[in-house]
Amino acid sequence: MKAASGITSRAHPLWLAYILHRLSGLALALFLPLHLWVLALAMTDPERLDGFLNLTEAGAVKLAEFGLVFLLAVHMFGGLRLMAMEWLPWSTSQKTLAASAAAISFLISLLFFLKAI
Amino acid sequence: MLNLRLYMLQRITAILMAPLVLGHLAVMIYAIQGGLSAAEVLSRTQGSFLWLLFYGTFAVAVAIHGAIGLRAIVHEWGGLKGVALDVFMWVVGFSLFTLGARAVWAVTFAKGLGA
Amino acid sequence: MTNDVLKVTIERSADVPDVFEVPAFESQTVLDVVSWIQQNADPTLSYRFACRVGMCGSCAMMVNGVPRWTCRTHINKVLDGNEITIGPLRNLPVIKDLAVDMDPFFDKWVSAEGVHHGTLTRVDPIAPVDEDSAARVEANAGIECINCSVCYAACDTVTGNPEYLGPAALQRAWTLLNDAKDEGRVAILDAVSGSGGCHNCHSMGSCTAYCPNDLDPMSAIAGLKRETAKSFFKRGR
Repeated sequence: MKAASGITSRAHPLWLAYILHRLSGLALALFLPLHLWVLALAMTDPERLDGFLNLTEAGAVKLAEFGLVFLLAVHMFGGLRLMAMEWLPWSTSQKTLAASAAAISFLISLLFFLKAI
Repeated sequence: MLNLRLYMLQRITAILMAPLVLGHLAVMIYAIQGGLSAAEVLSRTQGSFLWLLFYGTFAVAVAIHGAIGLRAIVHEWGGLKGVALDVFMWVVGFSLFTLGARAVWAVTFAKGLGA
Repeated sequence: MTNDVLKVTIERSADVPDVFEVPAFESQTVLDVVSWIQQNADPTLSYRFACRVGMCGSCAMMVNGVPRWTCRTHINKVLDGNEITIGPLRNLPVIKDLAVDMDPFFDKWVSAEGVHHGTLTRVDPIAPVDEDSAARVEANAGIECINCSVCYAACDTVTGNPEYLGPAALQRAWTLLNDAKDEGRVAILDAVSGSGGCHNCHSMGSCTAYCPNDLDPMSAIAGLKRETAKSFFKRGR
């Protein structure tokens, strides 16, 4: 345990669940405009849309897609965990919930990955 | 920074989107099999009120949810506050909604390709 | 103990950490170490304590980056080798050295309506309290707060959002909301629904992780979110 001035030790499951939720949300919000703009090409420039869609077959892009699906799943299950924690009167099972949220998200993204390759 | 109303909007849009996200994930897993093409996407979505409703709701909810989420982040990590913070939230929400509505329209009822 | 001398770094206000060598003793607390420095090495070192037994809540400091009550923290449990770094509590303005200004913390306590809202007078009979009622159990869970501000210092939401009332004040609001003798329900719900209220909490749980009395402010804040959400649908605000 190295002391850094002004930094609280944050190595506990709920803090990690919080930062995962925040960063996945941020990444999704940044990706979304690109996603929507590309889709709108169906109206303005169909050839370019096909060009983008062909890109999805490339290895690196596939990996990025896997990342996006993972982010979406992790953000959704993390959010459901949060709402369950806030609104349902269970209080001690939060850590278990945080862990299972991550696990389920991982399974979903894995399923996507296996189908994609 | 977040009052009760923004909090409730954030939670309500989240609950609304949970089934939509599951649906979206399912569509993705189904659609990418055998590769993606514009014609394939459009053959599924074009002229469909159901897809318009599905992704239209999604676009509205995500614009609200994303704007409030980014509001919290730019306040806590970026120090933006007061009127600037409100303006930021509205600009993000309005932009996301415009982009979303445009995209949903493009794949459902716009006169473009193959209609 | 393997070392006879502890290397103690004190983070003083002017960003110049002072390093002291302190003799190690049996059963030494972090507060003992700070006191030894003040009494034997540097009489100008400012810090705050009173009861030394975990009752008064005045001696909390950052110990190796973690907020702790120093009078009940054994040095052996927190030493890194034979080194330790002690600083003023996070999220509060430093007055001098290890003493912080607790005013913002207590002001928020009042802003969260953490005050008694009574309706009875001294001539009224004492209101009966059902110790087993669900509300009383909720209230009891949070009333042992000693106002040490450890949770406030642990919270990253407080760091990023200076308006936020923080875990301790909101937990007190929650105990009062569940107190049969407190009549401030509407005032409390309004106070915790404002722009610095309970809805800013991201449930990161550092308050609950570091509370020296093992209280659970995060769940208390969740209780407030639940009650305000109910009242949102009932009263429309």
